[in-house]
Amino acid sequence: MLGLLTHYPLLTALTALLCLGMVFGALLGFASVKFRTEGNPLAEQINTLLPQTQCGQCGHPGCRPYAQSIADGGAINKCPPGGQETIDALANLLDIESQPLDAEHGVEKESRVAFIREDECIGCTKCIQACPVDAILGAAKLMHTVIADECTGCDLCVEPCPVDCIDMVVRKAGIAHWSWPMPASPEHTNIIATDKEAA
Amino acid sequence: MNSVHTIHGGIHPREEKQLSRPGQVIDAGLPHELILPLSQHIGAPAEPIVSVGDHVKGGQRLAEDQGAVSAAVHAPTSGHITAIDMQPVPHPSGLTNVCIRLTPDHADEWLVLQGLADYRSEAPDTVIAHIRAAGISGLGGAGFPTATKLLARERSAIHTLIINGTECEPYITADDTLMQVAAEQIVAGAEILAHILGAETILYGVEDNKPAALKAMREALAASDDALGQQQVVSFPTKYPSGGEKQLIEILTGEQVPSGGLPADLGIVCQNPGTAVAVRDAVIDGKPLTDRLVTVTGRAVSHASNYRVRLGTPIAHLLALAGFTPGSRQRLIHGGPMMGFALETDAVPVVKTTNCVLAPTQEELPAPPPAQACIRCGLCAEACPASLLPQQLYWYARAKDQEQLEKHHLFDCIECGACSWVCPSSIPLVQYYRAAKSHIVETRDDKQRAERSKGRFEARQERVEREAAERERKRAERKATAQQKAAASEADDPVQAAIARTKARKEQAAQTKDAS
Amino acid sequence: MDFLRITSPHGHGPLSTAKVMQTVLLATLPGLAAMTWFFGPGTLINIIFGGLIALALEYAVMGIRQRDPLFYLRDYSVLVTSTLLCFALPPYAPWWLIVIGVASAVLLGKHVFGGLGYNPFNPAMVGYVVLLISFPLQMSSWAAPRGLGEVPGFTDALTALFFARDYDAVTMATPLDIMRQNTGLLMDDLYREATQFGQWAGVGWEWVNLAFLAGGVWLLYQRIFTWHGPVAMLAAIGLCAAAGFDGGSSNSGGSPVFHWLSGATMFGAFFIITDPVSSAVSNRGRLIFGALIGVLVYIIRVTGNYPDAVAFAVLILNFAAPLIDQYTQPATYGHDRSSE
Repeated sequence: MLGLLTHYPLLTALTALLCLGMVFGALLGFASVKFRTEGNPLAEQINTLLPQTQCGQCGHPGCRPYAQSIADGGAINKCPPGGQETIDALANLLDIESQPLDAEHGVEKESRVAFIREDECIGCTKCIQACPVDAILGAAKLMHTVIADECTGCDLCVEPCPVDCIDMVVRKAGIAHWSWPMPASPEHTNIIATDKEAA
Repeated sequence: MNSVHTIHGGIHPREEKQLSRPGQVIDAGLPHELILPLSQHIGAPAEPIVSVGDHVKGGQRLAEDQGAVSAAVHAPTSGHITAIDMQPVPHPSGLTNVCIRLTPDHADEWLVLQGLADYRSEAPDTVIAHIRAAGISGLGGAGFPTATKLLARERSAIHTLIINGTECEPYITADDTLMQVAAEQIVAGAEILAHILGAETILYGVEDNKPAALKAMREALAASDDALGQQQVVSFPTKYPSGGEKQLIEILTGEQVPSGGLPADLGIVCQNPGTAVAVRDAVIDGKPLTDRLVTVTGRAVSHASNYRVRLGTPIAHLLALAGFTPGSRQRLIHGGPMMGFALETDAVPVVKTTNCVLAPTQEELPAPPPAQACIRCGLCAEACPASLLPQQLYWYARAKDQEQLEKHHLFDCIECGACSWVCPSSIPLVQYYRAAKSHIVETRDDKQRAERSKGRFEARQERVEREAAERERKRAERKATAQQKAAASEADDPVQAAIARTKARKEQAAQTKDAS
Repeated sequence: MDFLRITSPHGHGPLSTAKVMQTVLLATLPGLAAMTWFFGPGTLINIIFGGLIALALEYAVMGIRQRDPLFYLRDYSVLVTSTLLCFALPPYAPWWLIVIGVASAVLLGKHVFGGLGYNPFNPAMVGYVVLLISFPLQMSSWAAPRGLGEVPGFTDALTALFFARDYDAVTMATPLDIMRQNTGLLMDDLYREATQFGQWAGVGWEWVNLAFLAGGVWLLYQRIFTWHGPVAMLAAIGLCAAAGFDGGSSNSGGSPVFHWLSGATMFGAFFIITDPVSSAVSNRGRLIFGALIGVLVYIIRVTGNYPDAVAFAVLILNFAAPLIDQYTQPATYGHDRSSE
């Protein structure tokens, strides 16, 4: 055998490769059994990056199903409430190229909350049933109101209201919510980004 | 305690303090209207307790403090409340906020003020209540409600009170002037504060570019009975930003306030000299905080000086007094040139935190040239009093890399502006840090909110499913009972039985018919 | 009335990038004077020619990158790059050598990485090394210094620049070359034998180095950079040389004074390793950065195959600068020094 191998160098190489393949194959097989991860934590990780507005603008009933669809290879740019920042974070997590928001699903807006004009409310409870996070209080024939702190600004209550008494108002308005803007990036301080644009 | 320590970094901008003639005070008089914002401090806005049309007297409370961190607002003179509405206020955003507007009647009638006869025999809480009732918040610049700050004694034992007379910002001489003209009141106020805090030592920290103030403070200290016997005026070399609370503590004690902690963790509380005087006036005389010293300076005014100003006085009134001639591209700065912010309009009022109104000429403080590329010169790191790596933070702020920003201690930045000042490429570094900080805070809020929404969504989902299952179960139950009933009734209902019998007979008859 | 709204701080310190670059250019004057005295106007002509090329290149590149070229030319950085590179080139180099060198420095050393501030390597040294590797012959022919050969005049220098074939330079091995190739002579004998050695470290070279030292000290005084990098580098070279001197035997690598005052030591210490963009950032980091360059310079000079070692040492340490930065972060205020 040894003589055969020394005689035919090609055979030596083949044997070596075969042995290596077997060893590593066994190792991989072992690892996949030994270090198997439970469930699909990827969808869970994706879900924590989503804004949890549960608005369904992505076409999925809630953030969790959208997360699952992304984990299964779906597009990452279908979430308007999360905006570009969420898309970037998702791209970072999945190690893929970021992309602009798909305008088909809506545009990025400031964070909003629902506001019920209470004297117009007829107490139909339709909005209460529509709210994905139980942020509307009220009972049949009685006035409803939004718990502003719990409202995700998903818009889902606006449509069902038969008397159109729900407004979406900007969540953070006024001096108390003002924050410093990033300095405007004149083209010459943003060399790399504008290079990309120019290219 | 005698030795003075040094801090890392720092810069030496032109001081320009003589411009406003420290030591001289001019009374600013009464304007046509006082505009009193409900938020002149950090924390919850005060709640108005007067209505439009009311006549109020000087010293009368106009708005109540709300909650633990808040400060009340008082009338600086007698007159009528003409409006409670949105007015431009001194704020970097240039936005409006709720203000009470008071038209003075020029009688300047005051309530009868009642102080504490002997504060030393009173419990600290009683004295704190007096300070809270006077609506005092820090007069140094940040505007933290003083009564709340004094609660530090509940957090840990306080051994040292520091009166921060550093005033390291160029141009400003309000504290310098106050120390020259009201040294006794500062000492008296400091003693009240020390009494409340249970501090044994009082240190008065003053930069060595204020010899007159140092002299006045030392004399006042010598003249006071010094019940503590542990008071000292400490002079140290002039350098910006020695007056930062954390920096001053390191200079005077050699200790560093732990990141994310308070000076109280070291047993120290810092107060501004103006605050000390306000505390004295509140406790001894029962006088609420309704006026303060403001430096009006810069080469665009002809009579730069320190003015005694009633809170709510429009800055336009002050500028008119000081002989303001606006130039082209005129800037108006609330505060000093290093940390102050530019005002959009001179209609904004003087508030509790207004220590300076600076009107420089274009030549004096030219607008910054466009930013160039960072050449990593490291001057910013050398100037940073917090020993941060400003250029690193700058890259990360631009990349919005929040993880790295926090790892590089962005939140230890005191926003003193020393890095921007030295930057040869004129990069607005501080602005990047401010924006990055608020962005991180926002992201944290959003994360928290998302987490809660997720929980509520899941809870609801579960409930909906549970209800559906319940309904399903009930339906199944109903169906089952109906079937059972049907089966049972088939067995013993006489009518059904009769029908069945008839049916059977008919069928039988039909079959026989077929068969035949 | 509406006032101008700008964020704080509203004042600014005295330094600007353009001023830093201008000061650096000014500080090269003593060195330039010394080189012109000892080697003739070759270097001066290199610098002027190279500067024009560099300005033209920067203008063109910024135009291609759709930036306002004049805004960028005003920071003088490209002139500093080309000037420093031209100091390192042999006087009376042909024009194409200078063009290739400046183009490599500006394009390869700087713009491919995103322009000023983004370059991991010292651009001038990138240009120098490209030339040294590509054209070793032209790069190692140094003119003979005044006193040992005839110093060419201005017209000779122009002829050399544009009609290299027509100009026959009097070249001579530099003391560093002789020192490296020396195998048999004791130091004292070597100094007596080879006329190039002069008093301490080579005719002309010692004065050129002293002139750069003077310029560098002036820059220190102007607070353009801190003392850490240059002092560490010089100290490291001195220590290495002292350790390898063994009393001046034939195996000796030369005395500390010889190494301090020969080749590009002072030029490197004050004008090359102090380039902020490609060096370590913190003062502690710069101590390490400078010291390691010093050690490498000595090792490459004594054992290597090239006329001088500063360029290689600097480029190698440019690689290491981010790592040095990583491990020399200052302790932030309020953070326990031991826990970081």
